[in-house]
Amino acid sequence: MELSILITIILPLVGFLLLFLGGRNISNKLSGSIATLTVTASFVLSILIFTSIKNTGKPLRIHLFDWMQFANFKIDFAFHIDQLNALWLLFVTGIGALIHWYSTSYMKGDDDYNKFFSYLNLFVFFMLVLVSGSNLMMMFIGWEGVGLCSYLLIGFWHKNQAFNDAAKKAFIMNRIGDLGFLIGAFILISLYNTIDFVELRQLTEHGTSLAALPLLGGATLALFVAAAGKSAQIPLYTWLPDAMAGPTPVSALIHAATMVTAGIFMITRLNFIFDLTPDTQTVIAVVGALTSLLAASIGLAQNDIKKVLAYSTVSQLGLMFLAIGLGAYEIAVFHVITHAFFKACLFLGSGSVIHAVGGEQDMRHMGGLKKYMGITYITFLISSLAISGIPPFSGFFSKDEILMTAFHNNIVLYVIGSLASIMTAFYMFRLIYLTFFNQFRGTEEQKAHLHESPKSMTTPLIVLAILATVGGAISFPGNSWLNDFLAPAIVHNAAAHPHELGTTEYMLMAVAIIGAIIGIGLAYNKYGKNKFVPGNDNQLSGIQKVLSNKFYIDEIYHALIVTPINWLGTVFKTISEPLIAGIVLSFGKLAHELSYQGKKAQNGNIGLYLFAFVFGICAIVYYLFIR
Amino acid sequence: MENVLQIIGVENYIYLATLLFAVGAFGLLYRRNAIVMFMSIEIMLNAANLLLVVFSNYHQDASGQVFVFFSMAVAAAEVAIGLAILVSIYRNMGSIDIDKLKNLKG
Repeated sequence: MELSILITIILPLVGFLLLFLGGRNISNKLSGSIATLTVTASFVLSILIFTSIKNTGKPLRIHLFDWMQFANFKIDFAFHIDQLNALWLLFVTGIGALIHWYSTSYMKGDDDYNKFFSYLNLFVFFMLVLVSGSNLMMMFIGWEGVGLCSYLLIGFWHKNQAFNDAAKKAFIMNRIGDLGFLIGAFILISLYNTIDFVELRQLTEHGTSLAALPLLGGATLALFVAAAGKSAQIPLYTWLPDAMAGPTPVSALIHAATMVTAGIFMITRLNFIFDLTPDTQTVIAVVGALTSLLAASIGLAQNDIKKVLAYSTVSQLGLMFLAIGLGAYEIAVFHVITHAFFKACLFLGSGSVIHAVGGEQDMRHMGGLKKYMGITYITFLISSLAISGIPPFSGFFSKDEILMTAFHNNIVLYVIGSLASIMTAFYMFRLIYLTFFNQFRGTEEQKAHLHESPKSMTTPLIVLAILATVGGAISFPGNSWLNDFLAPAIVHNAAAHPHELGTTEYMLMAVAIIGAIIGIGLAYNKYGKNKFVPGNDNQLSGIQKVLSNKFYIDEIYHALIVTPINWLGTVFKTISEPLIAGIVLSFGKLAHELSYQGKKAQNGNIGLYLFAFVFGICAIVYYLFIR
Repeated sequence: MENVLQIIGVENYIYLATLLFAVGAFGLLYRRNAIVMFMSIEIMLNAANLLLVVFSNYHQDASGQVFVFFSMAVAAAEVAIGLAILVSIYRNMGSIDIDKLKNLKG
């Protein structure tokens, strides 16, 4: 069993190396197959690992070597699989395999087909390292690795400078979070002298001294900054919508289903430490709720199909952080899983749409696609119902659990979360009505080209839509298989689990469903029945303009951070550079000037030389004997 | 045999050597003919040799005089090379006026 863990993790790396070293010598067809097969094999092995853990209930550990060793502190190079990351392994490799398969069609005809698959494989490898590492530093390898792959894939079409800028933005934003990760890890090292998850848990169970708590609070806050960077929360979320510059399968895999949930994974992994610092938990809950509301409201007014989905991802991630902040880790995990299903399906569906209309992403130039692409429409509809929280689709159960938990803890957070959910229902159906209903609004040329995507693209959609439908079954309210399964990995926090289903709970469910239906109804009324199409950006006014411009957050960041840094750069350029360069260069100028003047003495006049000799001798004699 | 220094006096030799050296130095600076300058250098050299001999005798130590032999031998070799250089210069430039030798200018 230990060996299969290693093979699971190594396989995508092997795929990456084959494709990367083989380069253009490998045919496109073969490279797509290699990439898909390696990840699929990893998935099969993950199922084995998962069943083994499910049956035995014992975590698996494989220790490769001691990575670093200082006096009495050491970091192992080891993988540790327990219930939590077995689950993660399963859906990372599962969705990864589906998206690899989908990409073989989606990327067809691209110049850098092999490079795309090598990066995708590398990403899966790093994601598996992130998930299965036995300590924070192992996790950090994966953490940085997925950031790198994200950067490479956002800027995959690197001939477009705007895409390169988006890639750089994502990388820099993530670096800010990475600093938090390191600070948090160092504080934990100084407190506990270990960063191994198992040892940390044992140490915290034995009790932590009160004196250490403020420092521990700092550590958890720093780790939350890292999670906010990776999982796109306020204030570091602006990179995720821009990350949609990458190919759509990348958006589905990295920027919706897997990588962006790394922050949630990390906090859930360290739940026993976060439980000790309630102040940080409050911060997480508030930030999560605000992010979900902010992103949902921006999503109301976006016209780029992928941007809508991106803001919806940020919003859903916010809900997950809300759950984490309230100590309901397994509910966050539940929402991660259902979200991975329906959001991957939505992104792949949008990719299918973009594929059909020849690269167009603006919903104002779509419409009426329902009759051209039936499978895409139905899967998209199912996923939209799931994300909007309509039963019996999976999203209803996970979102409802989060809102219920919020209701029991803090009514304000509940209201914010519910508002975000209603907005979600509205903008998702706004998207559906604009894209799939009424008349096609693109060019005649595009209209002639409209077609359903090939089987290799629709099959993953169907699989994901089925999962999005039934995914909720893993955790019914009141009778949660997931809660029981995760119990050994997560320190139980009874207050966060309102599992006695009473009148209140049924009322809350009803309220959530009615809210979702109101959102859908509003969208139907405006975009379905009245066939409203958003006008040009410059015709907007008031709140719509603010929303369409994303609350001007990018502009504010530009004014508050980028401009001062540029200004500082200009200051150094205009003041420091001439100063330092002046000092350095003046030495050179001095030497040059001296030799230039000295050259004049050597004028070739022998009489002068002789005079200098004699004069010199006279001077020496005078100095030595006569003075 | 009576010592020459007791007849003439050591200070007179020093005056003579100084005079010879001054004549040589003056000739070297004043004349422009390379051969004359060369002769001036020899005069200065011999002034120094004379002093060596005088002080050797004065101190009753033969090593000064031995040193002069070496010095003269080296001077002879130097004259041979110096004159050869002057002949070569004359052949190339058609003159041995040092004011015209400005090819060494940097």
